[in-house]
Amino acid sequence: MNTASPEVTDTGRPTESWRERHASSIRQMRLYWHTYRRNASAMVGLVLVVIFLLLSLISPWIVPYPADATGAVHMADKLLPPSAAHWFGTDEVGNDILTRLLIGTRLSLEIAVIITGVAAIIGVPLGILAGFSGGWTREIIMRVTDVFLSVPALVLAIAIVAALGIGIVNAIVALSLVWWPGYVRLVESKTLSLKGEAYVDAARLAGASTARILFSHILPNCLSPILVKASMDMGMAILAAASLGFIGLGAQPPTPEWGAMISIGRNYLPTWWWYATFPGLAIYLTVLGFNLMGDGLRDVFDPKSRGR
Amino acid sequence: MALYIGKRMAFLVVMLFGLLIVTFLISHVAPGDPASLAAGPDAPPEMVERIRHEYGLDRPLPVQLGIYVAGILHGDLGQSVRTGHSVLQDLSEFFPATFELVTVSMLIAIILGIPLGMLSAVKQNSWFDHAARIVSVSGVAVPMFWLGLMLQLAFALDLGWLPLGGRLGIMSTPPDPVTHLYLIDSLLAGQWDVFGDALSHLILPAVALCFPALASIIRVNRAEMIEALGQDYITNARAQGISSFRTVAIYALKNAFLPTLAMIGLRYGWMLGGTILVESVFDWPGIGLYATQSAIAQDFQPIMGVTLLIGANFMIANLLVDLAYIWLDPRTREAA
Repeated sequence: MNTASPEVTDTGRPTESWRERHASSIRQMRLYWHTYRRNASAMVGLVLVVIFLLLSLISPWIVPYPADATGAVHMADKLLPPSAAHWFGTDEVGNDILTRLLIGTRLSLEIAVIITGVAAIIGVPLGILAGFSGGWTREIIMRVTDVFLSVPALVLAIAIVAALGIGIVNAIVALSLVWWPGYVRLVESKTLSLKGEAYVDAARLAGASTARILFSHILPNCLSPILVKASMDMGMAILAAASLGFIGLGAQPPTPEWGAMISIGRNYLPTWWWYATFPGLAIYLTVLGFNLMGDGLRDVFDPKSRGR
Repeated sequence: MALYIGKRMAFLVVMLFGLLIVTFLISHVAPGDPASLAAGPDAPPEMVERIRHEYGLDRPLPVQLGIYVAGILHGDLGQSVRTGHSVLQDLSEFFPATFELVTVSMLIAIILGIPLGMLSAVKQNSWFDHAARIVSVSGVAVPMFWLGLMLQLAFALDLGWLPLGGRLGIMSTPPDPVTHLYLIDSLLAGQWDVFGDALSHLILPAVALCFPALASIIRVNRAEMIEALGQDYITNARAQGISSFRTVAIYALKNAFLPTLAMIGLRYGWMLGGTILVESVFDWPGIGLYATQSAIAQDFQPIMGVTLLIGANFMIANLLVDLAYIWLDPRTREAA
């Protein structure tokens, strides 16, 4: 689907309001929202994502026991089952699990934004370059991408963490370094198909520079698949960082990271089941939200894929 | 055809070499000093220097790479500081367990996924379709290691139906090694009790591992079935009064199966990554657990070995899928 670019309706008259100048974009957005809203699972995803974002913003002010996220110890309250005072129970040093989960949302959001952001910043320019230039440049970029895609990202990330040392910062660095190849592949194939479009030839004939063609004609048309992938990757990055935390290579206790919490909580199964159960549910709902939202966005941007 | 396979094999070797360079660079560009790690925390500087010299770590990078590649060509993947064995020896000990787990898990995903995808395509938008969609959406979102723990909690700790972890119970002795796959070796030896024990140990990890693959198979197979069912030849078959089972399960599935097969190849590789998590939950003695324990000990040679092995497996799986494609689809057969 070609998004009508603002220039088409922009007559350049300064008297027009912002709303008038962007009328076609606004109409397009309304249409997108209209399509998105009718998709029940996409709306479930949106609600989950909004709740997650809200909690990551306000959690420091609403948690019942703020000190519990920073390594407080209340041995008298250790391993209490879920109750009115501790909805999700307490852990082995008496910390409120709900508090630690809520504080963990912010860390998870940071993880998701950094990994997805770095991956897109590395991958998108490389993909455009490969797709647009062709020849040896494309060959080299794509073969290196293939090498990175030939092993699961988690495996390479473990290798990098092992080399850099264990910890949440290194885990984020490692995942960021292995996450970009997907974007190269996505953007490269999109750029290849856009390169042959009549409006790109027209722009070139009209004397547009390569940079202008890339930024105002190719990139905007790559944005919707990038957005869909980024939405899904936000969830997948949280899942991957939690996985590293779980096997002991990511965040270390007492950092309130969900995977690391499960890693400790598993030692308290089955009697103290709540310890490992609730962090897992938090990961599941968050990843589910981003995935459903990504699915919904794809249906909106690419009607051919609808219902798949 | 032979030329095509030859080309693909050559490409596979080039890709493996690329992967080798990537893992090599990761290990050597990183700030950590492998010599002082190997020497231990209290080692005097002379000893660190000696180890550095022994391992060739004082030579220029390209020379070190050359030595490493020459070693691999002779079947030498280096030494594990942690286990004290050669990496090759460790990998050949641990890989069969991983291979057995991944294969059984993929079989579960295929056996469940194809009928589920097919049925939800036939009964599009029914409650069954929605239920299958919930499974397929959740399958990729649920943390595999947590699912494993919950399965343990329910079926091993609470109900006590299945064992908690490991490859065999303490009462069983491993069957005579032929393939090193316990299921097959125990059958070859006619030891039904060992077979049953091995199978019961496999079920929970294999189920925990299968969900992302199951999700993808349902999704792709459903979409392809919907597309195939809309084609003229299906209408034609129906008009001719051919039974609807035959129409759906043979005519349509035949055409929907190829993209599903490609997804199976892709997911097989990802499953090898997933075993790292599942093996750590179920104490499954495979290469995933080996990689995790090596990573925690900052023992790098085993990790390079595991990475190369997983990469090689992934590439071979994809090659096999492509060959199956050519074999199954006459159109690609001519193109190759």
